[in-house]
Order: sequence, then structure tokens, then C-alpha cells
Amino acid sequence: MISGIYYPDSGEILVNGEEVSITSPKDAFNYRIGMIHQHFKLVDVFTATENIILGLKDGPEGYDVKKAAQKIREISEQYGFDIDPDKKIYEMSVSEKQTVEIIKVLYRGADILMLDEPTAVLTPQETRKLFAVLRRMKQDGKAVVIITHKLHEVLDISDKVAVLRKGEYIGTVNTAGTNETQLTEMMVGQKVVLNIDRTEPVNPEPRLIVAHLNCMNREGIKVLDDVTFTANSGEILGIAGIAGSGQRELLETIAGLQPMVTGGVQYIVPETGEIEFLRDKTPLQIRELGIRLSFVPEDRLGMGLVATMGTTDNMLLRSYKKGKGLFLNKKEPKELAEKIIKELQVVTPGVNTPVRRLSGGNVQKVLVGREIAAAPRVLMAAYPVRGLDINSSYTIYNLLNKQKEMGVAVIFVGEDLDVLLELCDRIMVIGSGTVTGVVDARTATKEEIGLLMTKEVRTDEQ
Amino acid sequence: MNSKTHKDPLFHISRKDPPVWWKRFGIRIIAVILALVLAGIVTLLLTKLNPIDVYLTMIDGAVGTKRRVWALIQKTAMLLIIAVAITPAFRMRFWNIGAEGQVLIGGFATAVVMLKLGGKVPTPVLFIIMVVSAIAAGAVWGFIPAFFKAKSNTNETLFTLMMNYVAIQLIGYFVLEWSVPKGSGQIGIINQKTQEGWIPSVGGNAYLVNVIVVAAITIAIAIYLNRTKHGYEIAVVGDSQNTARYIGIDVKKVIIRTMLLSGAICGIAGFLLVSGQDHTITKDTAGGNGFTAIMVAWLAKFNPLWMILTAFIICFLQKGAGEIATMFNLNLAFADIITGIIIFFIVGSEFFIDYKIVFRKSGKEVAA
Amino acid sequence: MIMFIQRAIIQGIPLLFGATGEILTEKSGHLNLGIPGIMYTGAIGGVIGAFLYENAVGPENINPALAIIIPLLCSIVLSLFMGLIYCFLTVTLRANQNVTGLALTTFGVGIGNFFGGSLIKLSGADVPSINLTATSNYFKAKLPFASSLGAVGEIVFSYSFLAYAAIIIALVAAFVLKKTRTGLHLRAVGENPATADAAGINVGKYKYCATCIGSVIAGLGGLFYIMDYAYGVWSNNGFGDRGWLAVALVIFSMWKPDISIIGSFIFGALLIVQNYIPNLSMSAQELIKMLPYVVTIVVLVIVSMRNKKENQPPASLGLPYFREDR
Repeated sequence: MISGIYYPDSGEILVNGEEVSITSPKDAFNYRIGMIHQHFKLVDVFTATENIILGLKDGPEGYDVKKAAQKIREISEQYGFDIDPDKKIYEMSVSEKQTVEIIKVLYRGADILMLDEPTAVLTPQETRKLFAVLRRMKQDGKAVVIITHKLHEVLDISDKVAVLRKGEYIGTVNTAGTNETQLTEMMVGQKVVLNIDRTEPVNPEPRLIVAHLNCMNREGIKVLDDVTFTANSGEILGIAGIAGSGQRELLETIAGLQPMVTGGVQYIVPETGEIEFLRDKTPLQIRELGIRLSFVPEDRLGMGLVATMGTTDNMLLRSYKKGKGLFLNKKEPKELAEKIIKELQVVTPGVNTPVRRLSGGNVQKVLVGREIAAAPRVLMAAYPVRGLDINSSYTIYNLLNKQKEMGVAVIFVGEDLDVLLELCDRIMVIGSGTVTGVVDARTATKEEIGLLMTKEVRTDEQ
Repeated sequence: MNSKTHKDPLFHISRKDPPVWWKRFGIRIIAVILALVLAGIVTLLLTKLNPIDVYLTMIDGAVGTKRRVWALIQKTAMLLIIAVAITPAFRMRFWNIGAEGQVLIGGFATAVVMLKLGGKVPTPVLFIIMVVSAIAAGAVWGFIPAFFKAKSNTNETLFTLMMNYVAIQLIGYFVLEWSVPKGSGQIGIINQKTQEGWIPSVGGNAYLVNVIVVAAITIAIAIYLNRTKHGYEIAVVGDSQNTARYIGIDVKKVIIRTMLLSGAICGIAGFLLVSGQDHTITKDTAGGNGFTAIMVAWLAKFNPLWMILTAFIICFLQKGAGEIATMFNLNLAFADIITGIIIFFIVGSEFFIDYKIVFRKSGKEVAA
Repeated sequence: MIMFIQRAIIQGIPLLFGATGEILTEKSGHLNLGIPGIMYTGAIGGVIGAFLYENAVGPENINPALAIIIPLLCSIVLSLFMGLIYCFLTVTLRANQNVTGLALTTFGVGIGNFFGGSLIKLSGADVPSINLTATSNYFKAKLPFASSLGAVGEIVFSYSFLAYAAIIIALVAAFVLKKTRTGLHLRAVGENPATADAAGINVGKYKYCATCIGSVIAGLGGLFYIMDYAYGVWSNNGFGDRGWLAVALVIFSMWKPDISIIGSFIFGALLIVQNYIPNLSMSAQELIKMLPYVVTIVVLVIVSMRNKKENQPPASLGLPYFREDR
């Protein structure tokens, strides 16, 4: 909103003690407010320079890309960035793109910088570099606002912390006079005892064995590097890691949505102990083998559900092929939809209301409900409580626990370490596509996991 | 800096939940009424006639006599079948604007069979070959852009658009090659004496068979889209290809299969036009209906049953406006102007269904 | 041969106008399928202006400057009007671009043919047919020294001012797109409107300007056709499918106005080459007329298979932009 994308319904914004109305991003620039979004705002087919000067007015010398590139080199040198101004964005790595975003703001000489989760995509070294830059800007007299959920970063870099909880302002404290416990309390509103019931795994036996998995993304960059682990029945295996360390690719590869370069995935049939190999199989082929593998993807409306369809039709996704003949059977899906709405207390005007019009929590209940209704043997969930309120989150935790008690092998990718530690039995930590460790969730500490998350063995960097 | 005064905007636009059905319907009705008023004013300016008389003339032109009623029904049926044909592709968000070419090539295949086999094989066999070749030709014309869309994501809008003119020129070639009499530049009525390969009149109505076929296909496609597994796959692919992959739908297969179907029905439309109406083939056999059908399908929100209404409205207007043009010795293109105005209004009215305009609540003064 | 090149270029000029206009529009992310209609209205605008002027003053008293300015203005006003309809519907009201564009083409072709067929009756003038040879002659005025320069002069200098305008406009458009900040911003709007918006670019304004300027340019193509190529004689549907050919040319030149200059000459040559091949049957001519479309398809397929980012259609082509949607 401050950068002008959203309009306020009420209230005012003050800049340097003056009330202002920011109706467009342009206005925000006029007040020297620079925003670095979590999702980069860059034009793929443009060079770094073209992106950086985008939206500016011509100087007295006219439109001069070369001069701009020169200025960018100067800024880079000044702050120690490594960037080629003539490189096209689509040829860049994530951290290079972020560098472009930051230089863009510096180039404009912004006085107020706002960074939205800037470290989520960075390695620790890159993060340290970024913080050094931010400190220098602070010394230049600039105001820096950094939005993050990583408390150690807050304590590391900030002078003052404003805590928001679900859009509501909680309070501001001086960093020097606070600590993680206090901040966490402010963030969650209560002391972080999550009270998730955790039972001991009953008869855990290997269900899914992932061995030496290697995987490239569409740009040909290695995203999974020799990942090996076993998921046991009756157990919740947590996966922790900085966002974008390969969690999504790992789950999608297992589900048959991404090709693996080398490695294998074995599924052990519970009744017979036979082994099925999942490599190079499509989701459909996996299902046809009788393997009940459920997957709650990160992108609920873009991948797990059909946004424009109602709850019933979304239930059909898993079952529409059932039965002979050309026609759909909508009776069972409708009953299932009604059951899920009732049992999980989904708030929806009706079974035919498009799911995109439901709130995030209700969308997730529909998705998780459907995946669990398939009576899975393996249940994979990526960030299943992201964006959900406390009540919905607990509904999800309970569902996962119930599945575990029923002997399902649950794989839970999470970002909140407290939750991981209280919900899971084992936690596997991955960093930059490699497994950096597996810990027992009952005895491990947050610090231990945090260290593993940032333990970097960047072998692929030249 | 910061001395510039910023005014709060008077209003801003935001998305809203779709209103209840009668409001949606009402907004569209208002749009049509406004369009008719504007069209009336335009007509008034051009013809200096009482608008009421003008609209009465239109109604007379469209449904004034039994013959006109049938002509209107036939025209509606032909527009409807093409609109229905492109709907599966559009539901998949595949912008098939190549119906014109697919219809033409289907009609062309029909004409070729009529010319080359008429009288040489028994009539039922002839009809079977005609229909099959029309379907095959239309399907091929649909398959080519679909294949490249599936393979390398080639822009289908532009591809199908170009395919129209390939078909037109191809027909131009053969029409001249086979023109009767030689060098006349047209094929003329095919099998005029024997009427081989003509869809027969039933109960004195030359178009009854056409209308029945179109009605059957419309219902079949409505069922196909809403009640079958294929239709469901189309809807999923149209909404999100990622979701389709997630659930194990072969997106490429669905794209190609759906375009084969879309092209095939266009081929049938071509067959009906040639065998059941024109009994000849020219570059104008499709007559722009391939494009008009897109608007018809879109106005009906890709629901085949609503298309009966939208196709009827468009044809009614065109016939009516055509009558005005004839009465007042004006050019027939008058109908296109009226059609354009109506579509502009309905297309524009969608905005008021999907969005709302929020005005500032208070007249808050911003200090200068 | 000289004749052939001249005529190919004259055939290509309307396409060049149309393609340049459409490129500007598409660069802002809008696929304007109304271009054929806009070219018709551009043509009929010129016809209406010229007809009314000629009839008002009589053929003897025509002022050369007015004879050019009046049709030119009428043409520009009408195509601008068409562009504004398209913008209002697709930019402000976020209507579907394909449907709006096709409706605009129906509307524009309708306007062209309607006034072309009914102008005499409507204006009550006492002439048998629309024949604007007088005005056309002013439009066709050539450089005086063209014929004295031999073959080179014939090929390079023998056209009317609108033909040179077409090439200059295309070159200017190419320059603006590549070498100016306005061009940078316009390309950004077409590639990624959300990013452009966040960078403080007024997305709506750019879309409006690009589309309206593009419409006016395309309309000039119609004007050139009627006043230069057709000697000021209107015939219904005479303009034919040139509008779609212009859209094809956009793809053929891979969204680059400077390449479309060459492309327009090639397309123009393909349109008339049949007249220069001895013993070519009428029917074979139809096949040759198919070539521009086939070539365009081939270009489209190759570009998409090579997947080189710079040659692709603008990334947000055809998609409406609503700021709060992202």
C-alpha cells in the first residue's frame, strides 16, 4: 500500500511529518520510497540496465543507456555488488535478480527502502553481503524497513522492530532491549507452546525410499543434489530449510511432476512388501499402480485445485476417471464435498461456489480434505498452513496427526521451526538442494536446525 | 520536494463477487437496450426516420413472412453450430479464431465429393463420404495449430487466423480450376439437375434437416462439456495447466483432441452450408460466420444452450438491419454497423458484472 | 522489372502502415484484431472528406492543400475514434481483446462498405459514383525529378508522399521502440504490466497512446490504398484481406517495425508476382496469394520452436491488466 499498489480505505500516510496521498507507485517514488518485492518486478527480456532505469525520466543528456550502465557499475563498486549491466534478466540467477532490484532502488536514490523477505532466496553469504549494504545505507541516513519472519535476522540488522499480526499492529520495540522470546510472544500473541498432540510412532516401517535423487529445474540449474531419505509409515517426517532450497522440486519429483536426472524413488507396498519403482512415471501411472500417494502442493489454487470450480468439481479431480464410460459420476464427489465441508467446517456458500472465492484457510481445508479422503499411504504436504489463521492451522495439524496414527507416512514441508519441532517425529533439513542433516524432533533444538539450514556446501558455484 | 499537492482519486475500481443471476441478466439487458437506443439514433440520423418505424421494419424484415422466418432460423442454425464448434477449444482457453477456415475446408471437402462422386455412387454412400470427408478436413485444419501449440506453445490465435486465409486461397485455386463453365471463375450450383448430394427438403422445408442436425449437435456438445470426463478435462486444462499435470491429465493430448473435435464440427458446419444451403462452394461460403461465431460464443459465456439465444439475437439484428438497408436503398453493410454497436455494449457491460466502482466516502480536503 | 518493384512497393505500403500500427499496439500488450476494420474506416474517412470537399467546391476550384488536408484529417479522426472505442473497452473496461477486436473489424468494415455504398444517397449529391480522381491526383503527386533520374529514380523517388511517410513512420517507430525511454516503457508495459506499474509507469496511458497512435497509423494505410493505389475509386470490399495481411506481417517481421519495411515489400511482391509470371493460370495466382500466409505460419512456428526470448510476441499480449489482481 505504501508503494501505491493498493488504496487505503481509511487512515493516512505521513512522510517526513507530512500527510501524503500515494495513489500510484509513481507517487511512492516521488517521496523517495523504494520497495523491493519478494517477487521480483523485472522484465525478463530486458537487460539489468533497462530494468533499473525503467520508469525514470530522461536526464538532461537524454536517453543514454551507456551512461546509466556506467552509473550502475559505480554503485555496484561502491557497495560491492557483482553485476553485469548488459545481462538479460532471464539469464540471471535469483540472487543476481535481487541485486538488480536493490540497485534499482539505490539508483533512484531512495531515502526509504522497504524489503519484503529479502533473504528468503539468499545463501548465508549473500545475506551477509546484503546486510552489509543495508548497514551502509543506514549510515548514509536512509531509512530501511525490512519485512521478515526470521527473528535472528531482525535481531542482527534492525534498530527497531514493529510487530504485525494478521494485518494488525501489535507494537514497536527497540531491538537492543528485546530478545527472541519477547518478539515471538508478540508475534503469536501467546507463549509458543503449541500443544500439538504427538504420539509415538506405532510400528514404523519404510514406506517410501528416495535414493540419490538429482534434479534440474527448467533453466538447467541443479536444484536437488543427491537427496537420499526414507519416509516411514506412522511417522511425520518434517522437511525444514530456507524457502527455495529444493523442497518444492523434491515433492514434485516424487509425485511424478518433474523428471529426475538420476536417482530413484521406491514405494514399498504395505501388504506384500513388494517394491514399486516410481521413477519416470506420471501421476496417472503412479495412481494406476494402486499407489495411494497424496500431495498437497504449495500453490493451492494454481496446482492443487481448480480455482473456478466449486468444491464438488474439485473433489472430482481425484475421482473423475473412475467408472466406465464417457460420463462423469458427480454423486459421490458431491457427498464427499458435503462431508468435508461439514467435518472440517469449511465456510462456503455452497458446494458449487468457486473455491477461489473462499478464504485461504477454507481453500486449504478443501484441498487437504480431498487428499486425505483418497486414503493415502503416503501424504506429502508443502507449507500446508501458510497464510492460515490459528484455528485452521490446528485443524490441519490434527488431520496430519490423525493420518500418522492411521499408519500413513506423512511428509511435512514447513517453515515454522516451532511447529516442525512439535509436530514431527523426525526432521530432515535441506539446504541448497542437499540434505544437511536429519534430526530427532523430540530432542533437537531450533538452533541446531537453524545451523543445519544455513550449513552451506555450495559446490555448484564457480 | 513534496510541495506538490496530491488529490485523492475520486473513485477506484476493484473486483467484486459476481452478483446474483438476475442482476447479471439485468445488466446485460440494460446494455442491449442502450445499444438499441444508440443504434436507433444512428439510424435516425442516417435515414431521418421515426425510430419506432425503424424497429418495426427490422422486425418485419426478420420475421415478416414464413420464408423470412425460415431464412432467419437457418441463418441462426448455421451461426450456432459454428459457435458450438469452437466452444470446446475456448473452454480450454485455446483461442481458435480459425473457424472460418475450418468451416470452409469442410465445405470444400463436401463440394469435392459432390462434384467427383455425385451420381457415381448410391446416394446414402455419397452422403456418408461427404460427411466423413468434411469432418476429416475440418479436423485436419484444427489439428495443425493444435499440434504446434502442444509441441512448442505456438501462439494459436495468430496461427488459426492465418489458417483461415490459407483455406480461402486454397478454395480460390480449386474454384478457378474447376469452374463451370471453364473460365467463369465460379463452380456454380453443383448437381443442379440431379440434386445429388443435396440435403433433401422435409415437409417442404429445405432447412429442416439442417436445423435438426444443429440442434442435436448443440445438445450433444452441451452434454459433452458438462457431463463427460473429456469435458471435465477441458475445463481443468482451461483453468490451470499445472493442476491438470498435478492430477495426471495429459495436457498435450487434451489440446489436440479438443481441437480435432472443434475442427470436426466446423467441418460439419461446412457440410451443412454446402450440401444443405448453397449447393456450391466459394471463398465466401463461411461468410464471416467463423468470426461472428466467436462473439456469439463469448456473449453466451461459452454455454452452448445460451448460444441459441445469442446467435438468434445477432441473426435477428442482421436480418432486420438488412431489411432497413433494402427499404431505404442503403448498403447492406448497415447490418454490420448495428451488430458492432450491440456487441460493443454487451462486451462493455461485462465490466459492471465483474468490477465495482468505489467512490470516495468523504469529501476529505487535502491541505494544499 | 522497374514496374514490378514499384508496384510491389505500392502494394506493400498499406500493409506497412497497418503492420506498424499493429506493432505499436501489440507492444503495449494488446492484440488488436480490429486493425482490418480500422483500415477500412481510415479509407472511408478519406473518401468522405474528399467527396464532401469536392462536391462542395466543385472540381474546378479544388485547393491542392485542402484536398490533401481534409481527407487526411477525416481519416485520422475516424481511425482515432475506432482506436478509442477499442481502448475504452479493453483498457478501461477490461473487455476481452479478441472479441472486441473482431467486433471492431465487423463494425469498421461495415462502416466502410456502408458509406462507400450509400454516401451518394445520404449526401444527396448528383453524381453517378464516387470518383475522387481529382483528390487522388493530389495524393499521388510525385517528386518532380523522379523520372529524370533513370531506373534508380523510378524505384526510389517515384512515390507519393504517403508512401514515404509510411517508411519514415516505420523507421521512427523502430527508433522509438529501441532507442528511447518511451519505447522502453512501452515494451515494459507489453511484457510485464505489473512491473511497469510498480516502476511508476502509467500503464493505462501507455496502452491508450500506443493503441490510438497505432490505429491512426493503420488508418493511413487505408487512406493510401484508396487515394493512391485505387485512384480514389471506392469499391466495396475492394480493400479485401489486406488488414489481416498486415497482422500477418507483424508476425513475419517479429514485432520489429524496421523489418516490416522489407517484409511489406516482400508481401507486396507476392501479391502481384502472378502478373509477371508468363502463362500463369488464374487459379495458380490464387495459390501465390496464399504464400504470405504460409510464410507467416512458418515464421510463427520457427520462432516458437527456437524459443529465443527476443523474438517472441510480447509476453502479456492479449491479457488484461488489473493492478489489484496480481
